[in-house]
Amino acid sequence: MNDLLVIAEKRGSEIHSSTFELLGKARELSMKRPLTVSVVILSDKSVEEDSSSSLFSGGADRIILAVDGSFKRFNFEPYTKTLAAIVRKLSPEIVLAPATTSGRTFMPGLAALLKTGLTADCTGLDIEEGTGNLLQTRPAIGGNIMATIKTPNHRPQMATVRPKTFSPLKEAYQSKCELVHFDVTPDLTQTAVKLIEFHPIGEGQKGVQDAEVIIAGGMGLRKVENMEPVYRLSKLINGTVGASRKIVDSKWVGHEAQVGLSGHTVKPKIYIAAGISGAVQHIAGMQTAEFIVAINRDRNAAIFNFADIGLVGDAVEILNELAESLESEVKK
Amino acid sequence: MKILVLLKQVPDSDEVKLNPETGTMIREGVGTVINPLDLHALETALRIKETGDHSVAVVSMGPPVAEEAVREAIAMGADKAVLLTDRKFAGADTWATAVALARFAEKEGPFDLILAGEKATDGETGQVGPETGSMLGIPVATYVSKIVELDGSGITIEREVEDGKEVWKLPLPSLVSVTKDVNEPRLPTLNGKKLARNFPVERIGNDFLAIDPSEIGLTGSPTRVVRIGTPKLSRMVEMYEGSNIRDGIDEIKKRLVPYLEVNHE
Repeated sequence: MNDLLVIAEKRGSEIHSSTFELLGKARELSMKRPLTVSVVILSDKSVEEDSSSSLFSGGADRIILAVDGSFKRFNFEPYTKTLAAIVRKLSPEIVLAPATTSGRTFMPGLAALLKTGLTADCTGLDIEEGTGNLLQTRPAIGGNIMATIKTPNHRPQMATVRPKTFSPLKEAYQSKCELVHFDVTPDLTQTAVKLIEFHPIGEGQKGVQDAEVIIAGGMGLRKVENMEPVYRLSKLINGTVGASRKIVDSKWVGHEAQVGLSGHTVKPKIYIAAGISGAVQHIAGMQTAEFIVAINRDRNAAIFNFADIGLVGDAVEILNELAESLESEVKK
Repeated sequence: MKILVLLKQVPDSDEVKLNPETGTMIREGVGTVINPLDLHALETALRIKETGDHSVAVVSMGPPVAEEAVREAIAMGADKAVLLTDRKFAGADTWATAVALARFAEKEGPFDLILAGEKATDGETGQVGPETGSMLGIPVATYVSKIVELDGSGITIEREVEDGKEVWKLPLPSLVSVTKDVNEPRLPTLNGKKLARNFPVERIGNDFLAIDPSEIGLTGSPTRVVRIGTPKLSRMVEMYEGSNIRDGIDEIKKRLVPYLEVNHE
């Protein structure tokens, strides 16, 4: 059977949720084309048993584990060389990795070594009928377009996917639970690059990426003072403030709040876009939200095409009215 | 020390057209500027140059019109500007672009340090830098937000990642791609602009690079754009306006009530 590899993303010793999202998608693809799905873990120590069992139930047929001290944190040369050796051994059809700072670095390095194509930040993956090629869809340059890309004559077909783009499996996968140890030879991990220090980010700073409710502001709010009702509403419902690229560029809010292609991809339960017109780069970052509310004065704004509820009107007035109404609910 | 900066020229407007046949960008007839994120890589190089006996070369791959963009780098202070331009390079994806850049770096090098921007504002893939480094067989550090130290023994950098900040020391040669936090790019000086006006930009084609034609341009690109479409309209929007606005607000309220921080005073 053909192989599909998902390169696992680690946070410390934990497997990051983005890995499970890719497994969910991999299982979906395997319905259209028989695929053995393997998770590749590069780690400085063996994986915990509950990590491996959650990966199996999350959709992996097989775990390929490569252990070496140099894999403690992502380092370009050991990662790309070891992954290249694993890919050459298995000759998979498809290799997927989360589009994180490490995935977006080792995947190009790996594609270069393997002389194959790579598509960044895919928002859609599918199997083409007939050819069995991987169809990789991503938002493309400037205008309102999505480009579908394939790698017809090179293998593997490689893609990175933003975290929160796909969903993990809802029901546990019945896996054969195969665990394979890959022998990491010293030539693969030789490097003169040294980690000097690591400063972890403090706990408790839940970012826009993990928020359940996001209230995002855009240029339609007209001035920075009009962000006030966004904060007011967000505080009331324990939400998180998001932002379009334009208001981040105008320094109304920090870059950490930016939603979209050059910011974060988010998948909250509720996304409220206030005064956001809906450029394709922004849409790419929030279209998988469960429920989308758009508020805009221009009834032809593109954002309404992607919303479940659309309100045509002044976002400042509407948000304030909404906040008042919710405040009276609290006092009841 | 010899430093090479990889530059991409990007359209200076949002009015970009695509070739419907190949799905690649039509760059002819569109004004170009240096990719804004690459200016931070150039600034990094220029600051290093100011500390000693170092030279800064910039290289870009693109149509002849891109010459104006690399000339801008001279105005800012680069010593040498090269444009890889050849009809055979047209339509290259990131892999085929990196092949040409890596070959150039080998032929004109060795360079001690290669700098790149995080990604281009048009394609937004960020792949060409790491691909080039990988092809050259040198270490790569991405998302670099600070150059801590540079000396004969190597370069120490800070990189910002999801769970914190890392400090790494890389030997030379290495490829480093920087984010916009690394510095604030300078503006060209009047003298720099004068100098740039008549500065000979070196044009290099595949006659010089001598790359196997099967590895360059559209022919050499593993990826193909097969379809261009507008994003799917996946939702049926319920619109509220005018006198209905109140109903719309109530509808949102209903969904937000479960999230209220209940106050039990």
